[in-house]
Amino acid sequence: MTFQLIVQTIINGIQLSSFYALLAIGLSLVFGVAGIANLAHGEFYMLGAYVVWLFYGLRGVNYVAAVLLAMLLVGGFGIVIERGIFKPLRGNVLGVAIISVGLLFILQVLVGQIWGLGYPKRVDDPIMGALNIHGVTIGWQRVIVISAAVFLLGMLWAFLQRTKLGRAIRASAEDSEAASLQGISINRSATLAMGIGSALTGAAGALMSPVSAVHPYMGHMALLIALIVVIVGGVGNLKGTVLTAILFGFLYTVITTFLDAVIANIASVLFMVILLAIKPGGLAEHGT
Amino acid sequence: MGRNRLRLVIGLTAPAIILIALPFILTRYYVDLTIVFFAHLILAVSFRLITTTGDFSLAHVPLMGMGAYASALMSKYFGWPFWLTLPFAGLASTLVGLIMLYPLLRMKAFAFFIGSYAIGEALRLSWIRIGIFGGHRGISGIPHPSIAIPGLSTISFAGVLPYYFLALVITVLCLVIMFRIDRSRITNIFKAIHSEESLVRSVGINVTSYRILAFEVGTFFAGISGVLLAHHFGHIDPHQFDLTTGLYLLIWVVVGGYTTFAGPIIGVTFFTILGELMRPLGAWMPLVYGLILIIGLLFLPEGLESVPRRISPLLKKMRVRGTSA
Repeated sequence: MTFQLIVQTIINGIQLSSFYALLAIGLSLVFGVAGIANLAHGEFYMLGAYVVWLFYGLRGVNYVAAVLLAMLLVGGFGIVIERGIFKPLRGNVLGVAIISVGLLFILQVLVGQIWGLGYPKRVDDPIMGALNIHGVTIGWQRVIVISAAVFLLGMLWAFLQRTKLGRAIRASAEDSEAASLQGISINRSATLAMGIGSALTGAAGALMSPVSAVHPYMGHMALLIALIVVIVGGVGNLKGTVLTAILFGFLYTVITTFLDAVIANIASVLFMVILLAIKPGGLAEHGT
Repeated sequence: MGRNRLRLVIGLTAPAIILIALPFILTRYYVDLTIVFFAHLILAVSFRLITTTGDFSLAHVPLMGMGAYASALMSKYFGWPFWLTLPFAGLASTLVGLIMLYPLLRMKAFAFFIGSYAIGEALRLSWIRIGIFGGHRGISGIPHPSIAIPGLSTISFAGVLPYYFLALVITVLCLVIMFRIDRSRITNIFKAIHSEESLVRSVGINVTSYRILAFEVGTFFAGISGVLLAHHFGHIDPHQFDLTTGLYLLIWVVVGGYTTFAGPIIGVTFFTILGELMRPLGAWMPLVYGLILIIGLLFLPEGLESVPRRISPLLKKMRVRGTSA
């Protein structure tokens, strides 16, 4: 019994960590490359979940196709937003953060008014049932979340390390002036980063939609988590973001299992505060 | 000089007469609204006081809530009179703010902004979790303030009219104090920390202690604002002080402008009137707020306060043309 509880907690921890990493990586990437602190990040996550609900939940489109569509639509939306309202304020971090608050309100109201407030939308699991190994049950959706997150993060890593465009993005993040001297367009890097980051955030929402309540205000908690992970990981530091996601994923799971979710939230914040008080620059100091 | 003084006297008496006459003219609904407006004025102006050092604190609303909770608990459970709970609630906010500052002071600019949100959220969540704060339901039945004069009688502020005047007096007092601070040498140092921090350090000014000072003074007034709201509604709960309220506060101050003392006052006034005009829109309201914020930041980056400055050269040009013709 206790053994099963431990295994169960570890698997839940892995699932939550991979979700946190996928949720936060977009925010971190965009901040590092373009200095955009998108406080509407949680709403991008919400949009991803809504796309899946609309196409897979209501129209019966294939789940995988719906997730890909969510990535495409949210990513495209991110690019439009970057070009339209973030670009004029580039360089002014606080200004961009505040303008994204306007976007946050607009998206919440639009989604709430178009598709209704009321009860959260239900999205059925694409594969019903659960995996049962020696009395430890893992819902199939959790398996999907873990594997998809690992796959997408791996793709991102490969893209940033192996391709020319990816290297250009990393260069812009490290030193935008030197990068532009090498003929790298900062504008293009920023737009690309915003597109990729938004797509990944949309994927996080799409993957979590069957296991979480889909409603217009689901972005609040997602934003708090993403911010904690990004700040502790070192802003713009992708490796740090993933490590922090694992740390907080397990912290949250363990506290939720043995105490409750509100305490887990408070503990996460306090843990962040203590970490920042000790290491103001975030957990990992260097490396993208 | 004489003319300036005359202007000042008129500039002060006219609003004073209006504010005193208001509750006799307006309906009950609008008097209630004006009381909330007063509390928001204190909140926004104190928020702006902290921003002069460059620290945008999203913990400001939870700290206002701390004042509200402190006053509610002291008056409901200990039976303390209002004139005691008011300053003590302010001090409670200040104390909690001081604890928050320990990690926050290590953060600057954007990190401070996010850090203050996270810590404020932790404070708010603790009200849900800790029994005495009443959980999700909050605290209701907060007594109406009354001030006992020993040996004589008790003045009760139970009705909406007396409470209006109590709120008016407190608001005017708070604004006058903050205005004096704004015109003092200290604010110059606050602003210098914002724009030229290393220079300020180099002349031997302790930047950290001035950041603490600005934050703590602002937080005290946030607490006072919370007290006004708590005793007005008679009920408080954690959701009144959530991120949404904090973001509204940010919008008031940013759209109003935070470079001058008048900016947040203009912002709160503008959005209070706008909110009333657009009440028929109902749930669509935040969308309009969002649009105004985006348009404002893109086209009026210095806020509404910069409108007269921008218009006056145009007017002058028109006047010159008028006389020459």
